[in-house]
Amino acid sequence: MMDIFKKLKQYYWPYKMWLLGSIIALIFVTAITVVYPIVLQITIDEVIRGEKYSWIPYISLIFIALMGMKAIATYIDQYFGDYFGIRSVFSLREALYEKLQRLSFRYYDNAKTGDIMSKLTADVDGFRFFLSFGFSEFVRIILLMTASLGVMFYYSIPLALITMAVMPFLAVVVFRFDRIVHPAFRRIRKSYGNLNTRVQENISGMNTVKSLSREDFEVNRFLDRSGDYRQTYINTSNIWARYFPLMEFIGNVSVVVLLAYGGYLVMNGELQLGELVAFFNLVWLVLGPLMNFGFVINLFSQSKASGERLLSILEEDEDIINDPAVEHAPIRGSVVFEDVTLTYPGEEDKALRNVTLHAPAGTTIGLIGATGSGKTSVTQVLTRFYEPESGSVYVDGKPVKDYDLQHLRRNVGVVLQESFLFSTTIKENIAYGNPLASEEDIINAAKRAQAHDFIMETPEGYDTLLGERGMGLSGGQKQRIAIARAILIDPAVLILDDATSAVDMETEFKIQKALREVMKGRTTFIIAHRISSIKHADEILVLDRGRVVERGGHEDLLVNKGTYRRIYDIQYKDRDKIFKAHRQ
Amino acid sequence: MARNKKHLERFQYTQDQAIEKPFNWKQLLRLLKYLRPYTKKLLPIAITAMLVSTLVRMFVPVLIGSVAIDSAIADKDVPFLTWLVIGISLMYLISYAGNNLRIKYVNILGQNVIYDLRRHLFTHVQRLSHRFFDTKSAGSILVRIMNDINSLQELFTNGIINVLMDIVLLTGIVVLLFALSPKLAIAILIVLPLMFYISTKLRRNIRRSWQTVRIEQSKLNSHLNESLQGMRITQAFAQEDENAEYFEGINTSNFNAWKEASRKSAMFRPFVEMSNAIGTVILLAYGAYLILEGDVTVGTFVTFSIYLGMFWEPISRLGQMYNQLLMAMAASERIFEFLDEQPNVKEKEDAIELKSINGHIEFDRVKFAYDTERIAIPDLSLEIKQGETVALVGHTGSGKSTIANLISRFYDPTEGEVRIDGIDLRDAKIDSIRSRISVVLQDTFIFSGDIMENIRFGRPEASDEEVKEAARVVGADEFIDRLPHGYRTEVEERGNILSAGERQLLSFARALLADPSILILDEATSSIDTETEMKIQEALNRLLKNRTAIMIAHRLSTIREADKIFVLENGKVLEHGSHEELMEKEGEYYELVKSQFQMLDAI
Repeated sequence: MMDIFKKLKQYYWPYKMWLLGSIIALIFVTAITVVYPIVLQITIDEVIRGEKYSWIPYISLIFIALMGMKAIATYIDQYFGDYFGIRSVFSLREALYEKLQRLSFRYYDNAKTGDIMSKLTADVDGFRFFLSFGFSEFVRIILLMTASLGVMFYYSIPLALITMAVMPFLAVVVFRFDRIVHPAFRRIRKSYGNLNTRVQENISGMNTVKSLSREDFEVNRFLDRSGDYRQTYINTSNIWARYFPLMEFIGNVSVVVLLAYGGYLVMNGELQLGELVAFFNLVWLVLGPLMNFGFVINLFSQSKASGERLLSILEEDEDIINDPAVEHAPIRGSVVFEDVTLTYPGEEDKALRNVTLHAPAGTTIGLIGATGSGKTSVTQVLTRFYEPESGSVYVDGKPVKDYDLQHLRRNVGVVLQESFLFSTTIKENIAYGNPLASEEDIINAAKRAQAHDFIMETPEGYDTLLGERGMGLSGGQKQRIAIARAILIDPAVLILDDATSAVDMETEFKIQKALREVMKGRTTFIIAHRISSIKHADEILVLDRGRVVERGGHEDLLVNKGTYRRIYDIQYKDRDKIFKAHRQ
Repeated sequence: MARNKKHLERFQYTQDQAIEKPFNWKQLLRLLKYLRPYTKKLLPIAITAMLVSTLVRMFVPVLIGSVAIDSAIADKDVPFLTWLVIGISLMYLISYAGNNLRIKYVNILGQNVIYDLRRHLFTHVQRLSHRFFDTKSAGSILVRIMNDINSLQELFTNGIINVLMDIVLLTGIVVLLFALSPKLAIAILIVLPLMFYISTKLRRNIRRSWQTVRIEQSKLNSHLNESLQGMRITQAFAQEDENAEYFEGINTSNFNAWKEASRKSAMFRPFVEMSNAIGTVILLAYGAYLILEGDVTVGTFVTFSIYLGMFWEPISRLGQMYNQLLMAMAASERIFEFLDEQPNVKEKEDAIELKSINGHIEFDRVKFAYDTERIAIPDLSLEIKQGETVALVGHTGSGKSTIANLISRFYDPTEGEVRIDGIDLRDAKIDSIRSRISVVLQDTFIFSGDIMENIRFGRPEASDEEVKEAARVVGADEFIDRLPHGYRTEVEERGNILSAGERQLLSFARALLADPSILILDEATSSIDTETEMKIQEALNRLLKNRTAIMIAHRLSTIREADKIFVLENGKVLEHGSHEELMEKEGEYYELVKSQFQMLDAI
């Protein structure tokens, strides 16, 4: 337990003064809280029954003064405590964010966005709540109970003992309640999560639902989950229904005992009436915090679990290390693979097996092969998203490991099949890799990517917002923005990973034309399924299960009569057949 | 400086949903209608239970202060005190039972209303058109069905009963105070308006600052979520440092919002304490004076002191309820907006049930417009015979999808008739039409669950054997058998367990299992390797056998196989015929085919 808090110390300890201030204020608050029943007792016993009416103004003044102090102390206690929490969380968040920026693809391959998000939101917040509230609440409960018990025992030891006889019972109920209510809350959250998933899938898959007219089926599946949520919730509220009134009842028992025995003591003259009245107050100052005690104890264990999950991010290995002896020399773009073998972490099959290639600066390499044959892996090793198991990759004759990671990647432009765009303007999206680019350069890049015309047709032109709440673009349009984004960083090496597959033939034609222009003077890797996209490459590599099975120029490969030829025949048979049939 | 500014604004996340709305009676009444099914039993039980425990809470202080202290203890009447103790114990027992029932039934009531409301909304949304889903993001629909409805939960569970309880309790206490001592009551009640003021005005001020926090927080979370999803792009473009700068910006403004809200919140309790203290001082000073005058007994003084401590809770809760109500206004407005959305096609009262469909489709002088400005189809007549395979060819916006949507009756024509087997679709029950028509989407959605369940989505009552048979016929069994757990392999939408080609085969198996008379194929352009494309073509041929099929196709290899091809432009048929006929004609279709190949060569 302490171990986790020790590891996270650097994020909250620098702000310990706030916590200290909060606790000191808390001690004042608690002390003054216990004053109220005492004032009540003095008023009844001394002022009223002892007929010392001249005390009234002094008591009133003292009381108001004390309450004023308490108000200020309460403010300090709460604000300083909150500040301690949010300030710590501020630095914790920053550390988490920076760490996440540095973690490699390997981490993201295995982590679900939803899981990381829940750590960044729920766990960070849980931790904040503990820092702001949990710890000082623990202190408050202890202080308040001790002080109140002290006053009670001062007034009357037997009455204090008898009224507090309910404490063990209450404690048992409180702890039992806490033990069963938390799993129940988890069940509610889980049931709600299930319902949420159901609805989310239904909406995302609405086209599929409608296409098979499965609406009724979907409604039934939804009602199952929704009914489960209702039932789980009702079951949990039955726990409250059992325990809350019980806790209150136990407190009330103590009040009844107080009335009976305390009344008897007053009749016998063993207790002052004012002391009895003060007791009615003090009882709740002890029992109230006790009812909260289970909750606070639970906060400890929850924040421990949250802390653990946060550490799982903060302590994650960064496996792509940026070597200190870094190379910043300008990159011209010659790429060499020597016997590169790659296995993705957690997978048995090799993604690349002894791949060798030479791409002098400015040449174009085509990569073709079935899904999973290793085409993308080639480019991921080049940009050091993964480290090869054996073999080496050189850029401009130097191993990629010798380059500053960011410098290397800034010189490699990537366009992926699924073009991810961010929630910002079209302009900022294009300038993503080069935020300082001038407006002119941005428009120029858009023009070269055949994107300018449709951008000008959007409502706000280059200032149109994209993303979740922004405008929806078609696959082809997104793709062209992604291409403009890659062009704008003016990379020495350009990687087009299936960049034009999700668009129709006409758009592809336009994009291809644009790309031919862009590729000039850059080393380009084209990954594609269509022969037409790669046939002009200087060298074409045909991959199969991580191995290069054929290589050469388009014409050579056709002569080879291997895999490439087979793909070619399938893709071009139509043309020959169609036009031949027609000509006859 | 200019440089920093740049990075602080590189992403834009907008918050477009109002968190609260002004109070609106009509809307509240509409909400309260959902209580109706429960007014006979659940609601009366809950209210009775609430009244019982509230009355106990209300009267016990009088018994302790005015009765026990003033009579029993002052008179040293032990039997009376005993009776009082027994009486109060019994009352506490009854209150215990009342509380138990109240909490229990209030939650049953609330959950049932929430369930009904959510069912109503979900079922309604299912019937809305494609257009509705095209114009709304999936996230915003999800938020309404889940979060907005959940934010009504508190209103329907504790809210309504608590308001009643607090009003009863407050009035009861005030009445009792006046009954005991009007003078002291008036003096003490000065704090009530103060407390109400704190509970509404001060709290509203505080709430506003928490809204700012919420907006900042949601911005922060949006960015975190997006930055995780786009991490590969960020790293590929080496933008880690720039993003960290941006994050520091939103992290700071989030921190500032929290700080401001905490600072305001921290004022709340001191104000409450002070208002309580003022009440107490009045009680101490004026109460003691009244005792001196002989107006008030010590017991009454004690009773007052107990009641003074009981004011704050109901007032605070009422203030909170009011906030809750304003938030419920915003949420319910959004919910009702969806519920008021009308489905595009309405069923006639005397609509007939189509028992079976042969698949003979006719468009008779059909005109269709999505809205007054955009006429998708000016005047279209065409016939598709039973069992025929027809391809619709044309550019985006030529009317291909509209034709498909009219056949499955996602829309009704503006003028003219669409007939299947000679029956005007407007006369038939929507479900009976759609259940005989399947649309095969090639970018099909994969639901989380195993492969078996995903295929079975086509026909939920199909047996395991039937599912496997369907997979076998379309040739999907090959890849399924290779998966680690075969048909029991768990898949999900974002998981990359299945490739694009495998998804398509899966959607064919689904459609085959549904066994429709009419099949509409919406071919997607997606990344599939050539070998897989061949397999898909084969599977398609098997799927189309003995069915009327309408294909919205892009690939020439698919189009060529059709019995008849319609070349469309602006909702009009330019020409139609078989592939050979159209090639012979050297018309639009010929040009289209030629330009495709020219493009391939030109690249």
